[in-house]
This record gives sequence, C-alpha cells and structure tokens, in this order.
Amino acid sequence: MNPERGTDSGANAVRAGGASSDGGARSDADRSNAARADETAAPPAPELPARVPLAAALQQTLALAWRSLVQIRHNPWELGDYSIQPVLFLVLFLYVFGGAVAGSTDDYLAFMLPGMIVMNMLFVTVYVGHGLNTDLTRGFFDRLRALPIARWSPLAGRITADLVKQAWSIVLLLGLGIILGFRVGTSPLHVLAMFALLLAFALSFSWITVLIGVIARDPEHVQLFGFTALFPVTFVSNVFVPVETMPAWLQPLVNANPVSILSDAARGLLVGGAVLQPALWSLAWALALTAVFAPLSVFALRRRLSG
Amino acid sequence: MTAEAIYAEGLVKRFGETTALAGVDLSVPTGSVLGLLGPNGAGKTTAVRILSTLIAPDAGRARVAGHDVVRDAHRVRQVIGLTGQYASVDEKLTGLENLFLIGRLLGKSRADARSRARSLLTRFRLDDAATRATKTYSGGMRRRLDLAASLVGQPRILYLDEPTTGLDPRARLELWALIRELVDSGTTVLLTTQYLDEADALADDIAVIDHGRVIASGSPEALKARVGSRTLVVRPENPAHLDAVAAVVTELAGAAPEVEGGRVSAAAVGTDVLPAVVRRLDRDGIAVSELVLRGASLDDVFLALTGQPTVPTETDDEP
Repeated sequence: MNPERGTDSGANAVRAGGASSDGGARSDADRSNAARADETAAPPAPELPARVPLAAALQQTLALAWRSLVQIRHNPWELGDYSIQPVLFLVLFLYVFGGAVAGSTDDYLAFMLPGMIVMNMLFVTVYVGHGLNTDLTRGFFDRLRALPIARWSPLAGRITADLVKQAWSIVLLLGLGIILGFRVGTSPLHVLAMFALLLAFALSFSWITVLIGVIARDPEHVQLFGFTALFPVTFVSNVFVPVETMPAWLQPLVNANPVSILSDAARGLLVGGAVLQPALWSLAWALALTAVFAPLSVFALRRRLSG
Repeated sequence: MTAEAIYAEGLVKRFGETTALAGVDLSVPTGSVLGLLGPNGAGKTTAVRILSTLIAPDAGRARVAGHDVVRDAHRVRQVIGLTGQYASVDEKLTGLENLFLIGRLLGKSRADARSRARSLLTRFRLDDAATRATKTYSGGMRRRLDLAASLVGQPRILYLDEPTTGLDPRARLELWALIRELVDSGTTVLLTTQYLDEADALADDIAVIDHGRVIASGSPEALKARVGSRTLVVRPENPAHLDAVAAVVTELAGAAPEVEGGRVSAAAVGTDVLPAVVRRLDRDGIAVSELVLRGASLDDVFLALTGQPTVPTETDDEP
C-alpha cells in the first residue's frame, strides 16, 4: 500500500472530524472518513514475542544514542559546553600559569595537556547524569519504558552517545594542543591506547553521574552536584601542578587520587615514560568504580521508577 | 482473543503512607471507550501507570489483551499506546525526529519509520512544524504530537491520561475529533479525565473514581439516571427581580431554590414546571436572560456520589 495515499485520506478525515465535532453526536460522514483512515486499524496479532532479542536491543541502543547526538544539532550551546569550555581552560591555564609552574609554556603544555584531557573527560561524564535526569523529570523516560524495548537500552544509548562526545573532546584538546606546540613523543598506537584507556575509564566513571542523575531532583542539581564534586577531585591531583611542590601531608592523597594515576598513564602514552603501572592501576580503579556504582545506580533507578 | 481488552481486579497501590489505589476493578470490552473520571489525586494516573506496565501493583492483578501486566509486561507493551503528561516526547528533538525515533525503536526500517512519521504528522496537522524542536510547540500541538507518538506502533489499546487538561476549548475539540476517529477505527481506549463533559462526549462507559476506589460505573446515561432529576435554571435580566423569581419558583416547584450568581436554580422539578414558570413570569412582566430545564449533568452525579462538587483545578503540564 502506498503510504502517501493513506496520509491523504487520514488528513481529510481529521479535517472533516474537526469541522463537525462541536456537537456531541458523531455524524455518518465522520464515521465513513474514519473508516478510510486505516492507519490505526489494529492488525490481528500473532503470538507476540515474550522478550527483546539481543540484536533488536542493540539496534534500540543505537537509535537512542543517535537521539542524544542529534539533540546537539538543535542546541548548539550544549556543544559549547564540551568544546568551548575545555579550550578556554587549556588556553587560560597554559598562558597564565605555564611560566610560573614549569618555567615555560612549552614545558607546561607537555606536562599539563594529558591531565587536562583526563579532567575534561571527567566533566563530560556529567552529561550522562544530566541527560538521564532530564528524561526522568520531563517524562521521556516513561514514554520509553512503555515501549516494547530492552530495559537497559535507554541507559546504554546515553552512555554510547557519551563515548562519542568523549572521543570528540579528546580529539579537540589534543588537536588544539598540537597547534599550540604539543609534540606527541610516542607512536600512533600509544595514542590509540590512550583513547581506549580514557574511554574505558569514562564508561566506569559514568556510573557515578548516573547515580547522581537518578537521585537529583532536577537537571540543574545534577550539574551542581557533579561539578562541585569534580572540582576538588581534579584539582587535588597532579593535573596542573607536579605533586612534589605540594605540602607533604597532601602528597599521599594526590598520589592515591585516580585522576593523578590516569593522568600519569595518559602522560606515559602521549609524551613517554612509565605506562604499564599507572595504566593497570587506572583499569583497577575503573573496575572498582563500576563494581560499586553500577549496582547502586541500578538499585536507585528501580527505586525511583517504582515510586 | 479475549473480549475484555483491559481487565483489572483488586488493584492496590501505596506510596509510603498514601494509598493511591484501594482495590480497583475495571473492565473494558474490546473496541469500547472507558472514561475514568475523578478529581485530581483520585488515583486515575496510578491506574494507568499500572496498566501500562510502568509500575507494579502492590496487590491485585490486571490483564491487557489477555497478557498479565506484571509477568508478561513485554507483550503488554507491544499492544498498547500511552499518552499522558508524564509520557512525553523529547523537547530537544523535532516532531519528525521524535516520531522517527519511536518508529526505529519499534523495529521499523529507516524508510518505514520516516514515512510513518510523515503520515502521522500530516494526519495530525503538524506538517509545518515537523522540523522544529518540539519545545517551540504550542500546548495543542504538543498534545497532538504526544498522541501521534503513541500511535506509531498502531496500538490496539490506547491509554489517554488527561489528554486535554490545560488546553483551550478549540484545541480540546480538535483532540476530541482525533480520539473519536481512533475509536471508530476499532481502537480500545482508556481515557482518564477530570472533565465530566469529556467523559460524557467520548466514553461508552464511565467509572467514577475517588480516593482510590471506583465509586460508580455504568453508561453516562445510566449514571445520570441515578441522580434522576432535572434542574430548572432562571436568570432574570434585572438582578433586582431575583427575589421575585425565587418566590415564583418556590411556589411552582414546591421547594426553596438556590440563588447564586444572579441565577435561581431548583433541583428535581417535574416537566410541567417550566411552562408554568414561563406563564407566571410573563404575567408579572419579568424579563429573563436565561431559562433552561436541563437533565442531570455528570457534575450532579459526582456531587450525588461523593457529597462534594468537582472543582476541576487547572494543573500544570508537569506534575
């Protein structure tokens, strides 16, 4: 059947219905028009599947990831959040603090860029929680839950979209860094490994923002919680300043901070130096964060949805 | 194939201290429209959320198209469409993108999802707004898109949770026409509303719900018959004649009428009272601007059933 023909008769039926609907009674014209508007005629259903096949669930996840990304087209400001903001940070820190911390901006760039990429990655994860909370508070999540789709695909779709945004921000910062004079001291394979490590960590860290997204009352609170918690975590690290310059009592904390460890790994993979140990510790942290926060998030989400 | 599209028995749902549903039974024959009528907070939305698998009942059971809403939720989701203030579209996407997304989620190919989205947009007169973000839509356009979104999968059973709350009268009539058209094509509809005229205009059967219980059910006519009275309303052109009119009505209707808002109204009058009142007012030279004898409205039914009038409060789109 030609869908365009169905469209036309449907539109006519609507207009006819609208024109004659001021009274309570349904006219015969209404009825016959409606009969032609076959769009909603229920087809006899054969035995319905009892669950979602995996292939369909993956396709649903991709459709929902597409949806999160296409949102940006209508809200270019969102792109600014993970493009303009990190660029500003990079340039400001480099030229304001570079000379004081490292003696020259070139040396500082080599030290700071890998850590800056790590920090930005953490901030971008807040959008997973922010977007999830928006869906929960604005009702789109309920629309999705009433559809015959896999229960996990809305969340998986969000996280998949987030990985694309993450990859984009890493490329952006690395590209800008290279324009400003950063030199990759390793191989392309090392750079790819850094991408993989950061995305793996982002995946696990997202569970924390998912939890915030589930608990928070509205999207604004997600951003408030997220950024307030992330600032001390990223600043009490070796992202901007070498740990040796800090007071002795603070150094153990900075060294134990996964942000420092991941920054060390990123430095090793981009500039050169020790890689294996910080990379393995970073993965261990990623596993630990997932083990704690994934079940907590799922529990909190179930709780919120049942209320 | 069961004759009952929706069947619920003893549904109970508590939220902390609050009992939202205190044992609700519902039955909606295939192809009919049930109007779930009640004031804000009566439990209407909770019932719809259970029947659309969004929440599980604490007690009782429900079957939709023969499938249990708890044990067989995925099958239920394949036959229902949900339109409610809480089941909304994505405000950051366009109308076309929203409907396309749902089509894709339902397993349609790109081409099918796109053509289905386009035909629904045309049918719901949203062509011009198809490529605009839905946050720019008016209230009526949003409701039409919400309804369109719930129809992408051609559901056999449709839940409409307060579809016209907050809409202006024109947008309301438009939406009614769309709903009638769906009903005429065989869709079973569960409609919740706090507007009595809406239930009267759209529903085959009405269940009146209050404080989590169904307190009455039947056809609109049967419910009106339960109150069984006619009300005489007279509004004198000159408010100074109110007392005189009240005296005339008291004498002819045999009971003291209610005087309120420039009108005199007397409940439970016989059919012979109206002509008698007309003759007397004519003789006394009292001009009237309104003179009606109306059958019981569902407002009267509600008042009779609950002891309190329904005051449809304007609710915001977001609960």
